[in-house]
Amino acid sequence: MSLLSTASMWIIPCLILVVLVIATAKRLPTYELFVDGGKEGIGLAISILPFLLGMLVSIAILRASGALDAIIGLITPFLSFIGMPADIVPLALVRPISGTAALGMTTELIATHGPDSFIGRLASVLQGSTDTTFYVLTVYFGAVGIRKMGDALKVGLLADVIGIMASIIVVTIIFGA
Amino acid sequence: MNYIWAIMAIGGIIYAMINGTMDEVNKAIFKSADDAVVLAISLISVMVFWLGITKIAEAAGLLKGLVRLAKPFIARLFPDIPKDHPAMGYILSNLTANFFGLGNAATPMGIKAMEEMKKLSGSPKASRSMITFLAINTSSLTLIPTTVLAVRMKYDSHSPTEIVSATLLASIISFIGAILIDRLFYEIRRRKERQV
Repeated sequence: MSLLSTASMWIIPCLILVVLVIATAKRLPTYELFVDGGKEGIGLAISILPFLLGMLVSIAILRASGALDAIIGLITPFLSFIGMPADIVPLALVRPISGTAALGMTTELIATHGPDSFIGRLASVLQGSTDTTFYVLTVYFGAVGIRKMGDALKVGLLADVIGIMASIIVVTIIFGA
Repeated sequence: MNYIWAIMAIGGIIYAMINGTMDEVNKAIFKSADDAVVLAISLISVMVFWLGITKIAEAAGLLKGLVRLAKPFIARLFPDIPKDHPAMGYILSNLTANFFGLGNAATPMGIKAMEEMKKLSGSPKASRSMITFLAINTSSLTLIPTTVLAVRMKYDSHSPTEIVSATLLASIISFIGAILIDRLFYEIRRRKERQV
């Protein structure tokens, strides 16, 4: 474990080091370039705010009202009937919609079942191998002002379905149920 | 998206009327609005920092180098983007950042990539390349799932990193799946356009 966690700690500083060394060797005005590039970031982050706020509020209403749990409760028996572990169904359904909610669920599953249990491992893999599709769409399309998303949402959600199925199959094969 | 957005809120509020959870909903509205502001503000630091570094890397010719390395692969994925276009550099740095678990570096580069792709298409509609890019992004090809590793360590896993290979394998499958689905939808769109 030490190798990978060390790697993840070293990677950012080393990346900065490499970029700065090369740029300095090429006699570029590094500091000025940094400030110049960074300036854009302020405007971008602020321009995303309304998109993010709108999306998060709508999702929060759905969660806080209990409607999301009710929907999950309705779908769970069906999904566990076709072979999905019941404990993992809520996480799988929430993962594309809300990143914070999904991380909360993953943490809870790992805490109750143990990180080295089947459910703990499956939750870990599921959390790691899929992304919050709604967030990615909101931020990326919002930032550049795309109004018509075309097939993007459908494609993203179908990719999530594949990610979820792949996680279950891979964990079952590698670790056993 | 308009429908989904409105339906989530409408559904939630009607459900709250029936089940008496209006109090929670009321609180959640302003709590989540606050959260969104905090999230956007925290994005400022990440964006300024990584866009600054990216600018240096770009001026030093590092993005071009990256593109040259991955050209055969990436050019096939994005046939609509000219090979020497800056969008390619940003797309690749976004994918690389995601791969190494640098989620917060990936976002600013992803946005830059979208900006460049919008310049190419020049329309407020999502272009073919944008949809491909998003499909790849949501399937999140990762070598180091940073957050998950942290959670596993916190709960004293005997081997926090044992899930790394499984995560990589699962995300490779969903990555390939995403590309195939994207292609399928593109073909469907093209057929429809031909009929019109």
